Amino acid sequence: MIPTIVLPVVIAGLYAAGVYLLLDRSLTRVLLGFLMLGNATNVLLLSAGGAAGIAPILPVDDESAISDPLPQALALTAIVITFGISAFVLAMIYRSWRLVREEVVQDDAEDLRVATREEIDADERDPEELDPADRGPGDGLSVEAATPSDDVGLGLAGAIEAENESAEARAVGEVGRTRAGGGPDEEGAR
Amino acid sequence: MQDLIRVLTPLPVLLPLLGAAGALLVGRHPHLQRAVSITVLSGVLGVSVALLFLADAQGATSVSIGGWPVPLGIVLVVDRLSALMLVVANTVTLGVLVFAVGQGVADGDETDTPLSIFHPTYLVLVAGVSNAFLAGDLFNLYVGFEVLLAASYVLLTLGGTAGRIRAGVTYVVVSLLSSLLFLAAVGLVYAATGTVNMAQLAVRLGELPAGTQLLLQSMLLVAFGIKAAVFPLSAWLPDSYPTAPAPVTAVFAGLLTKVGVYAIIRTNTLLFPTGALDDVLLWAALATMVVGILGAIAQTDVKRMLSFTLVSHIGYMVFGVALGTTAGTAGAIFYVVHHIAIQTTLFLATGLVERHGGTTNTEKLGGLAKASPLLAVLFFVPAMNLAGIPPLSGFIGKLGLIEAGVAEGGVGPYVLVGGAVVTSLLTLVAVARVWGRAFWRPRAVDTAEDDVPAVRPAAGTATTTEQLQRTRLPRTMVAATAGFVTVTVAITVFAGALYGVADRSATDLRDRTPYVEAVFGSGEVP
Repeated sequence: MIPTIVLPVVIAGLYAAGVYLLLDRSLTRVLLGFLMLGNATNVLLLSAGGAAGIAPILPVDDESAISDPLPQALALTAIVITFGISAFVLAMIYRSWRLVREEVVQDDAEDLRVATREEIDADERDPEELDPADRGPGDGLSVEAATPSDDVGLGLAGAIEAENESAEARAVGEVGRTRAGGGPDEEGAR
Repeated sequence: MQDLIRVLTPLPVLLPLLGAAGALLVGRHPHLQRAVSITVLSGVLGVSVALLFLADAQGATSVSIGGWPVPLGIVLVVDRLSALMLVVANTVTLGVLVFAVGQGVADGDETDTPLSIFHPTYLVLVAGVSNAFLAGDLFNLYVGFEVLLAASYVLLTLGGTAGRIRAGVTYVVVSLLSSLLFLAAVGLVYAATGTVNMAQLAVRLGELPAGTQLLLQSMLLVAFGIKAAVFPLSAWLPDSYPTAPAPVTAVFAGLLTKVGVYAIIRTNTLLFPTGALDDVLLWAALATMVVGILGAIAQTDVKRMLSFTLVSHIGYMVFGVALGTTAGTAGAIFYVVHHIAIQTTLFLATGLVERHGGTTNTEKLGGLAKASPLLAVLFFVPAMNLAGIPPLSGFIGKLGLIEAGVAEGGVGPYVLVGGAVVTSLLTLVAVARVWGRAFWRPRAVDTAEDDVPAVRPAAGTATTTEQLQRTRLPRTMVAATAGFVTVTVAITVFAGALYGVADRSATDLRDRTPYVEAVFGSGEVP
C-alpha cells in the first residue's frame, strides 16, 4: 500500500486554520475553528485506517483489498457528536448575543476584582476605607451611587461598569437580564 | 456468579439512559419525575454496590456488548477500581439529587433548576460517568466523556443567565479542545497499533518504538489533564464552576475532574506502564497543589475558594499516580474516593450557606454559627476533613500518599512530600478564614457598640443574628447535606476496609494481567 500525501496536507491545513480561529475572541470564529478542528480530526481518523480499498461489505473475494471499516465507524460517531455540540454552542452564542449584545469571550468580573485588589486581608481594614469596588456589588449601602469614572485605581473594573451600563441601555425590554459584571453572589441575592 | 456480573455490568449505563427517557416523558408531572430519577439512581447504586462486592471477591470480569466476540465488539470491563469508582460516583449523584429535589420543592416555580430539563440531563450525566468508568476500549471511553460533557454543558448553563453563559463559554470551549485532542490521540493509537481495545493495547503499545509511545502517552495525558484540571491546564475550572446552581456545582466538583483522574490512572498503569512521563507528572502535581492553594487563599468568595482547593487537591492524586508504585497508586485511589465525597459535601454546605446568608462572599457573611449551629457543624466537619486534620479520612489519605512518597525516596518525591504538607497547611488556612468570617464573626447590628469590624450583609437578607435565626432551611436539603457529612465520617470509620480495596485495586493495576485476562482469557492475546 502506498501512503497518500493528500490527506496529511489536508489535515495539517485544517488543524492550522482551526487553531488560528479558535484563538479569536469572537465566539462565532471559535465555533468555526472548532468545526475545522473536528473535521481535521475526522480526516485523521479516516487516514488512520490506511490506504483506501473497496467497500467493506461482505462477502468479498479478496479480503485484503477492502478498506478498514472501523475508522469509518469511529469518524461517523465523531461527526454526530461534533454536530450535536455545534448546535449547542450556536445556541449559546445566540443567547450571549441576546443578553449582552456581545458575542466575544467576556472577562470574569470576580477575577478582575481579585487581581486589582490592593490588600488581600480585609479583616485588618475598616470597610469604610475600602475602595467601593472591593466591597463587591450589592452590599446594602449606596456604593452603586459612586460614578465609575471616580475609580482611579480600578480602570479595568470601571471600564466594565461603563460597558455594562451602555449595554443595558441598548438591551431595553430584556426580561430576566442580569448584569454581566455581577458576581455569583448577586444571583444568590435574588 | 459470572452470569450475574454479566447481567449487572451494563446496568449502570443502561438504567440512567432509560430513566432519562422516562423522566423526559413525564416532564409535566414534577412529582412523578422526581420519583423516577430517585428510583433509577437508587437502583444504579444498588447495582454498583453488588458489582463492587463481586469484583472484589473474584477480580476483573468483562462483558461483550451485543455478543460480538472481542476484540471486534465493545467490551465493558469491571475490575476493582471501576467498581469502586462506580459506587462512590453513584452515592454522590444520588445524594445530590435528593438535595436538588429538596431545593426544587422549597423554591416551587421560581426554582434555580428548571425541573423538566434538569432531571433527564442529570441522568444522562450519570450514564456518561458510568460509561467512562466501565469502558473497555479507548473509543468507548471517549464516548463516555462526550456524553457526560454534553450533559454538563446543559447543566452548567441552566436558565441561561448572563453569568452562566459567560462561564459556560469558557467551559465548553476548553472541554471541546480536550475532547478533540483525545479523539486525535485515539486515531493515532489506532494507526499505530490497529486496535482501540485497551486490553489489546496493553500488549501492543509496548511493542512500539519508545518515541511513538511517548507521543501517544503525552497526547492522552494532556487531554485527560485538561479534564482533571492539572496545572497548567486548570485555569478554566475556578472560572466556570462557581456560577452554576449549588447541586450542579457540587456534583461537577465531586465527580467530573475525578473521571479525568481515573483516565490518567488507567493510561499510566494499563497502557503505558513504563513510567516515561512520571517525572513530568510529579512536577505538574507539585505545581497543581501549590498554585491551586495559593489561588484559594486569595479568594473572598466561598465557592471560588473551594474551586481552587479542588484544583489544588487534584495534585495529591496526580502525585500518587506519578510515583509509579503500588503504594502510590493505592494512596491516589483512596484519595479520589475521599475527595469526591468531601468536595461534594462542602459545595452542598456552601449551597446552604448561600441560602441562609444570601451570598457566598465572606465579606458579607457573618454570625452563621450562632444563627444555625447545625449548618456550622455541617460545614466545619468536612472543612477540617479537607484540610487533613486527624483522625478524619483526609488525614489518612494524605498520610498514605506521604508514606508512599517517602518509601520511593529521591529528590522529586521528597520535594513533593514537602509540598503536600505545605498544601495541607494552607488548605487549613483557607477554610479557617471562611470559618472565621462567615461563621464566627458577629453580624452588623450585634456589634453596634463594640469595636469589632461590622459585617455588611447582602442586600435583602437579615441584618441581625436574631433575624437570621428565624429563617429556616428546607429540611430535605439539610438532610441530604447531613447524609453526606455522615458518609464522609463513615469513610473515616471504614477507612481500613476501603484502603484494603484501594490496595488490591492498585496491585491489580500494577500487575496488569488481571485486566487483560478478564478480556481475553488466559490464552494468547490476538
